[in-house]
Amino acid sequence: MTAGFLIASAFLASAVEFVEALTIVLAAGVSRGWRSALAGLGAATLALAAIVAALGPALTQIPISALRLLVGALLLAFGLQWLRKAILRASGFKALHDEEAIFARELAEAQAAGTEERAGLDWYGFTLAFKGVLLEGLEVAFIVITFGSTQGNIGLAAVGAGAALLLVATVGVLVRAPLARVPENTMKFAVGTMLTTFGIFWSTEGAGAHWPGSDAALPGVLAFVLLLSFAAVTLLRRRRFALTAA
Amino acid sequence: MRFVARFGRFWWNFVVGDDWRAAAGIGVAIAVTAVLAAGGIPAWWFMPVAVAAVLWLSLRREARASR
Repeated sequence: MTAGFLIASAFLASAVEFVEALTIVLAAGVSRGWRSALAGLGAATLALAAIVAALGPALTQIPISALRLLVGALLLAFGLQWLRKAILRASGFKALHDEEAIFARELAEAQAAGTEERAGLDWYGFTLAFKGVLLEGLEVAFIVITFGSTQGNIGLAAVGAGAALLLVATVGVLVRAPLARVPENTMKFAVGTMLTTFGIFWSTEGAGAHWPGSDAALPGVLAFVLLLSFAAVTLLRRRRFALTAA
Repeated sequence: MRFVARFGRFWWNFVVGDDWRAAAGIGVAIAVTAVLAAGGIPAWWFMPVAVAAVLWLSLRREARASR
Protein backbone atom coordinates (compact mmCIF):
# COMPACT_ATOMS: atom_id res chain seq x y z
CA MET A 1 0.00 0.00 0.00
CA THR A 2 1.40 3.39 -0.89
CA ALA A 3 1.87 6.17 1.64
CA GLY A 4 -0.87 8.12 -0.14
CA PHE A 5 -3.41 5.31 0.33
CA LEU A 6 -2.45 4.97 3.99
CA ILE A 7 -2.85 8.69 4.72
CA ALA A 8 -6.06 8.99 2.66
CA SER A 9 -7.70 6.01 4.40
CA ALA A 10 -6.80 7.27 7.88
CA PHE A 11 -7.85 10.83 6.96
CA LEU A 12 -11.27 9.89 5.55
CA ALA A 13 -12.16 7.46 8.35
CA SER A 14 -11.02 9.95 10.98
CA ALA A 15 -12.82 12.92 9.42
CA VAL A 16 -16.16 11.09 9.48
CA GLU A 17 -15.76 10.07 13.13
CA PHE A 18 -14.51 13.51 14.20
CA VAL A 19 -17.52 15.22 12.56
CA GLU A 20 -19.77 12.97 14.68
CA ALA A 21 -17.71 13.65 17.82
CA LEU A 22 -17.89 17.40 17.15
CA THR A 23 -21.70 17.25 17.11
CA ILE A 24 -21.72 15.65 20.58
CA VAL A 25 -19.13 18.07 22.03
CA LEU A 26 -21.12 21.02 20.61
CA ALA A 27 -24.33 19.72 22.20
CA ALA A 28 -22.52 19.25 25.54
CA GLY A 29 -20.88 22.69 25.34
CA VAL A 30 -23.99 24.63 24.34
CA SER A 31 -26.28 22.96 26.88
CA ARG A 32 -24.01 22.22 29.86
CA GLY A 33 -21.16 24.75 29.58
CA TRP A 34 -17.92 24.70 27.61
CA ARG A 35 -15.62 24.05 30.58
CA SER A 36 -17.04 20.59 31.25
CA ALA A 37 -17.38 19.75 27.55
CA LEU A 38 -13.77 20.71 26.79
CA ALA A 39 -12.54 18.82 29.89
CA GLY A 40 -14.37 15.73 28.58
CA LEU A 41 -12.86 16.26 25.12
CA GLY A 42 -9.36 16.60 26.58
CA ALA A 43 -9.67 13.54 28.83
CA ALA A 44 -10.96 11.39 25.95
CA THR A 45 -8.16 12.59 23.65
CA LEU A 46 -5.58 11.62 26.30
CA ALA A 47 -7.21 8.19 26.73
CA LEU A 48 -7.13 7.61 22.96
CA ALA A 49 -3.48 8.69 22.74
CA ALA A 50 -2.66 6.24 25.56
CA ILE A 51 -4.47 3.40 23.71
CA VAL A 52 -2.53 4.09 20.48
CA ALA A 53 0.77 4.43 22.38
CA ALA A 54 0.19 1.14 24.25
CA LEU A 55 -1.26 -1.00 21.45
CA GLY A 56 0.83 0.30 18.55
CA PRO A 57 4.24 -0.98 19.72
CA ALA A 58 2.63 -4.18 21.07
CA LEU A 59 1.20 -5.00 17.63
CA THR A 60 4.55 -4.53 15.91
CA GLN A 61 5.91 -7.44 18.00
CA ILE A 62 3.44 -9.88 16.38
CA PRO A 63 4.81 -11.87 13.38
CA ILE A 64 3.68 -10.26 10.11
CA SER A 65 1.50 -13.17 8.87
CA ALA A 66 -0.39 -13.39 12.19
CA LEU A 67 -0.66 -9.59 12.26
CA ARG A 68 -2.11 -9.53 8.73
CA LEU A 69 -4.64 -12.20 9.66
CA LEU A 70 -5.71 -10.31 12.80
CA VAL A 71 -5.77 -6.93 11.08
CA GLY A 72 -7.52 -8.33 8.00
CA ALA A 73 -10.24 -9.94 10.11
CA LEU A 74 -10.74 -6.75 12.14
CA LEU A 75 -10.83 -4.52 9.06
CA LEU A 76 -13.32 -6.84 7.40
CA ALA A 77 -15.52 -6.79 10.50
CA PHE A 78 -15.42 -2.97 10.63
CA GLY A 79 -15.51 -2.51 6.86
CA LEU A 80 -18.56 -4.68 6.33
CA GLN A 81 -20.41 -2.82 9.10
CA TRP A 82 -19.66 0.53 7.43
CA LEU A 83 -20.35 -0.73 3.92
CA ARG A 84 -23.61 -2.44 4.89
CA LYS A 85 -24.97 0.76 6.49
CA ALA A 86 -23.76 2.89 3.56
CA ILE A 87 -25.46 0.58 1.00
CA LEU A 88 -28.69 0.52 3.03
CA ARG A 89 -28.63 4.35 3.24
CA ALA A 90 -27.86 4.75 -0.48
CA SER A 91 -30.72 2.41 -1.42
CA GLY A 92 -33.24 4.07 0.91
CA PHE A 93 -33.62 1.21 3.41
CA LYS A 94 -32.01 3.25 6.18
CA ALA A 95 -32.34 6.98 6.96
CA LEU A 96 -29.41 9.15 5.88
CA HIS A 97 -27.08 10.27 8.65
CA ASP A 98 -28.23 13.78 9.65
CA GLU A 99 -25.89 15.73 11.95
CA GLU A 100 -28.45 18.52 12.56
CA ALA A 101 -31.08 16.02 13.73
CA ILE A 102 -28.54 14.25 15.96
CA PHE A 103 -27.43 17.62 17.40
CA ALA A 104 -31.05 18.58 18.18
CA ARG A 105 -31.67 15.23 19.90
CA GLU A 106 -28.45 15.37 21.97
CA LEU A 107 -29.17 19.00 22.91
CA ALA A 108 -32.70 18.20 24.10
CA GLU A 109 -31.47 15.25 26.19
CA ALA A 110 -28.63 17.31 27.71
CA GLN A 111 -30.98 20.21 28.59
CA ALA A 112 -33.44 17.84 30.24
CA ALA A 113 -30.81 16.08 32.37
CA GLY A 114 -30.38 17.04 36.04
CA THR A 115 -27.38 18.87 37.47
CA GLU A 116 -24.62 17.06 39.35
CA GLU A 117 -21.27 18.65 40.08
CA ARG A 118 -18.09 16.59 40.50
CA ALA A 119 -14.51 17.89 40.66
CA GLY A 120 -15.88 21.34 39.88
CA LEU A 121 -17.36 20.14 36.58
CA ASP A 122 -20.89 19.61 35.35
CA TRP A 123 -20.72 15.80 35.34
CA TYR A 124 -23.32 15.22 32.63
CA GLY A 125 -21.55 17.62 30.23
CA PHE A 126 -18.17 16.06 31.00
CA THR A 127 -19.29 12.45 30.54
CA LEU A 128 -21.34 13.27 27.41
CA ALA A 129 -18.28 14.83 25.72
CA PHE A 130 -15.89 12.18 27.08
CA LYS A 131 -17.97 9.20 25.97
CA GLY A 132 -18.79 10.76 22.59
CA VAL A 133 -15.18 11.51 21.71
CA LEU A 134 -13.86 8.23 23.14
CA LEU A 135 -16.38 6.03 21.32
CA GLU A 136 -16.09 7.86 17.99
CA GLY A 137 -12.31 8.06 18.37
CA LEU A 138 -11.82 4.41 19.29
CA GLU A 139 -12.58 3.25 15.78
CA VAL A 140 -10.14 5.86 14.45
CA ALA A 141 -7.50 4.60 16.90
CA PHE A 142 -8.03 1.02 15.68
CA ILE A 143 -7.83 2.05 12.02
CA VAL A 144 -4.63 4.04 12.65
CA ILE A 145 -3.07 1.15 14.60
CA THR A 146 -4.10 -1.63 12.19
CA PHE A 147 -3.29 0.20 8.93
CA GLY A 148 -0.11 1.67 10.36
CA SER A 149 1.25 -1.49 11.99
CA THR A 150 0.72 -3.65 8.90
CA GLN A 151 2.73 -1.14 6.88
CA GLY A 152 5.22 -0.60 9.68
CA ASN A 153 4.31 3.09 9.78
CA ILE A 154 1.83 4.02 12.49
CA GLY A 155 3.21 7.59 12.38
CA LEU A 156 2.04 8.09 8.79
CA ALA A 157 -1.47 6.83 9.58
CA ALA A 158 -1.50 9.14 12.62
CA VAL A 159 -0.59 12.05 10.32
CA GLY A 160 -3.76 11.37 8.29
CA ALA A 161 -5.89 11.18 11.45
CA GLY A 162 -4.22 14.28 12.90
CA ALA A 163 -4.88 16.28 9.71
CA ALA A 164 -8.56 15.30 9.87
CA LEU A 165 -8.75 16.32 13.54
CA LEU A 166 -7.14 19.68 12.79
CA LEU A 167 -9.47 20.34 9.85
CA VAL A 168 -12.68 19.33 11.65
CA ALA A 169 -11.70 21.19 14.86
CA THR A 170 -10.81 24.37 12.92
CA VAL A 171 -14.02 24.34 10.89
CA GLY A 172 -16.01 23.45 14.03
CA VAL A 173 -14.58 26.44 15.95
CA LEU A 174 -15.27 28.76 13.00
CA VAL A 175 -18.80 27.51 12.27
CA ARG A 176 -19.88 26.61 15.82
CA ALA A 177 -22.59 24.37 14.41
CA PRO A 178 -22.84 20.72 13.39
CA LEU A 179 -21.03 20.14 10.10
CA ALA A 180 -24.18 19.08 8.26
CA ARG A 181 -22.77 19.96 4.83
CA VAL A 182 -19.97 17.43 5.04
CA PRO A 183 -20.90 14.62 2.59
CA GLU A 184 -20.78 12.12 5.46
CA ASN A 185 -22.77 9.37 3.77
CA THR A 186 -20.54 9.42 0.69
CA MET A 187 -17.43 9.47 2.89
CA LYS A 188 -18.72 6.50 4.89
CA PHE A 189 -19.28 4.62 1.63
CA ALA A 190 -15.68 5.35 0.60
CA VAL A 191 -14.28 4.32 3.99
CA GLY A 192 -16.36 1.13 4.05
CA THR A 193 -15.05 0.27 0.60
CA MET A 194 -11.42 0.88 1.61
CA LEU A 195 -11.66 -1.06 4.89
CA THR A 196 -13.35 -4.01 3.16
CA THR A 197 -10.76 -4.00 0.36
CA PHE A 198 -7.78 -4.07 2.73
CA GLY A 199 -9.61 -6.54 4.97
CA ILE A 200 -10.05 -8.98 2.06
CA PHE A 201 -6.46 -8.48 0.94
CA TRP A 202 -4.76 -8.94 4.31
CA SER A 203 -6.98 -11.68 5.73
CA THR A 204 -6.33 -13.74 2.57
CA GLU A 205 -2.57 -13.25 2.89
CA GLY A 206 -2.72 -13.86 6.65
CA ALA A 207 -4.56 -17.15 6.03
CA GLY A 208 -1.62 -18.30 3.92
CA ALA A 209 -2.95 -17.68 0.38
CA HIS A 210 -1.10 -15.51 -2.13
CA TRP A 211 -2.55 -12.91 -4.49
CA PRO A 212 -1.56 -13.13 -8.15
CA GLY A 213 0.80 -10.19 -8.69
CA SER A 214 1.13 -9.63 -4.92
CA ASP A 215 0.42 -5.96 -4.00
CA ALA A 216 -0.54 -5.22 -7.62
CA ALA A 217 -3.77 -7.17 -6.97
CA LEU A 218 -4.99 -4.49 -4.54
CA PRO A 219 -6.59 -2.20 -7.20
CA GLY A 220 -8.37 -5.27 -8.57
CA VAL A 221 -9.81 -6.07 -5.13
CA LEU A 222 -10.87 -2.42 -4.76
CA ALA A 223 -12.61 -2.53 -8.16
CA PHE A 224 -14.37 -5.76 -7.15
CA VAL A 225 -15.64 -4.25 -3.86
CA LEU A 226 -16.82 -1.09 -5.66
CA LEU A 227 -18.63 -3.12 -8.30
CA LEU A 228 -20.19 -5.31 -5.62
CA SER A 229 -21.36 -2.27 -3.64
CA PHE A 230 -22.91 -0.47 -6.61
CA ALA A 231 -24.60 -3.69 -7.75
CA ALA A 232 -26.04 -4.14 -4.24
CA VAL A 233 -27.32 -0.52 -4.20
CA THR A 234 -28.95 -1.00 -7.63
CA LEU A 235 -30.61 -4.29 -6.68
CA LEU A 236 -31.87 -2.96 -3.34
CA ARG A 237 -33.19 0.24 -4.95
CA ARG A 238 -35.15 -1.87 -7.46
CA ARG A 239 -36.51 -3.94 -4.58
CA ARG A 240 -37.50 -0.79 -2.72
CA PHE A 241 -39.27 0.69 -5.75
CA ALA A 242 -41.09 -2.61 -6.26
CA LEU A 243 -42.18 -2.59 -2.60
CA THR A 244 -43.43 1.00 -2.67
CA ALA A 245 -45.23 0.44 -6.01
CA ALA A 246 -46.98 -2.70 -4.68
CA MET B 1 -19.82 -8.23 37.44
CA ARG B 2 -22.04 -5.62 35.80
CA PHE B 3 -18.93 -3.78 34.67
CA VAL B 4 -17.51 -6.96 33.08
CA ALA B 5 -20.82 -7.61 31.30
CA ARG B 6 -21.00 -4.02 30.01
CA PHE B 7 -17.34 -4.12 28.99
CA GLY B 8 -17.92 -7.39 27.11
CA ARG B 9 -21.06 -6.04 25.44
CA PHE B 10 -19.20 -2.92 24.34
CA TRP B 11 -16.44 -4.91 22.63
CA TRP B 12 -18.97 -7.29 21.08
CA ASN B 13 -20.89 -4.34 19.59
CA PHE B 14 -17.67 -2.64 18.54
CA VAL B 15 -16.16 -5.59 16.66
CA VAL B 16 -19.15 -7.74 15.68
CA GLY B 17 -21.78 -5.00 15.31
CA ASP B 18 -25.47 -5.68 14.83
CA ASP B 19 -25.14 -8.71 12.54
CA TRP B 20 -23.24 -11.52 14.23
CA ARG B 21 -23.92 -13.81 11.27
CA ALA B 22 -21.80 -11.58 9.02
CA ALA B 23 -18.91 -11.69 11.51
CA ALA B 24 -19.26 -15.47 11.82
CA GLY B 25 -19.32 -15.78 8.02
CA ILE B 26 -16.04 -13.86 7.82
CA GLY B 27 -14.51 -16.19 10.41
CA VAL B 28 -15.59 -19.27 8.45
CA ALA B 29 -14.31 -17.75 5.19
CA ILE B 30 -10.87 -17.11 6.71
CA ALA B 31 -10.75 -20.67 8.06
CA VAL B 32 -11.70 -22.16 4.65
CA THR B 33 -9.06 -19.98 2.92
CA ALA B 34 -6.44 -21.23 5.41
CA VAL B 35 -7.43 -24.88 4.83
CA LEU B 36 -7.31 -24.48 1.02
CA ALA B 37 -3.95 -22.69 1.19
CA ALA B 38 -2.53 -25.34 3.55
CA GLY B 39 -3.59 -28.01 1.04
CA GLY B 40 -1.64 -26.27 -1.72
CA ILE B 41 -4.80 -25.15 -3.56
CA PRO B 42 -4.81 -21.55 -4.88
CA ALA B 43 -7.20 -19.84 -2.44
CA TRP B 44 -6.97 -16.09 -3.18
CA TRP B 45 -10.31 -16.11 -5.01
CA PHE B 46 -12.28 -17.54 -2.08
CA MET B 47 -12.37 -14.50 0.23
CA PRO B 48 -13.84 -12.02 -2.33
CA VAL B 49 -16.56 -14.55 -3.23
CA ALA B 50 -17.29 -15.22 0.47
CA VAL B 51 -17.42 -11.49 1.29
CA ALA B 52 -19.86 -10.92 -1.60
CA ALA B 53 -22.11 -13.70 -0.29
CA VAL B 54 -21.89 -12.57 3.36
CA LEU B 55 -22.59 -8.93 2.44
CA TRP B 56 -25.56 -9.76 0.22
CA LEU B 57 -27.15 -12.11 2.78
CA SER B 58 -26.71 -9.48 5.50
CA LEU B 59 -28.23 -6.75 3.30
CA ARG B 60 -31.16 -8.98 2.37
CA ARG B 61 -31.89 -9.75 6.03
CA GLU B 62 -31.81 -6.04 6.92
CA ALA B 63 -33.97 -5.05 3.92
CA ARG B 64 -36.57 -7.68 4.82
CA ALA B 65 -36.58 -6.61 8.46
CA SER B 66 -37.13 -2.94 7.59
CA ARG B 67 -40.20 -3.57 5.41
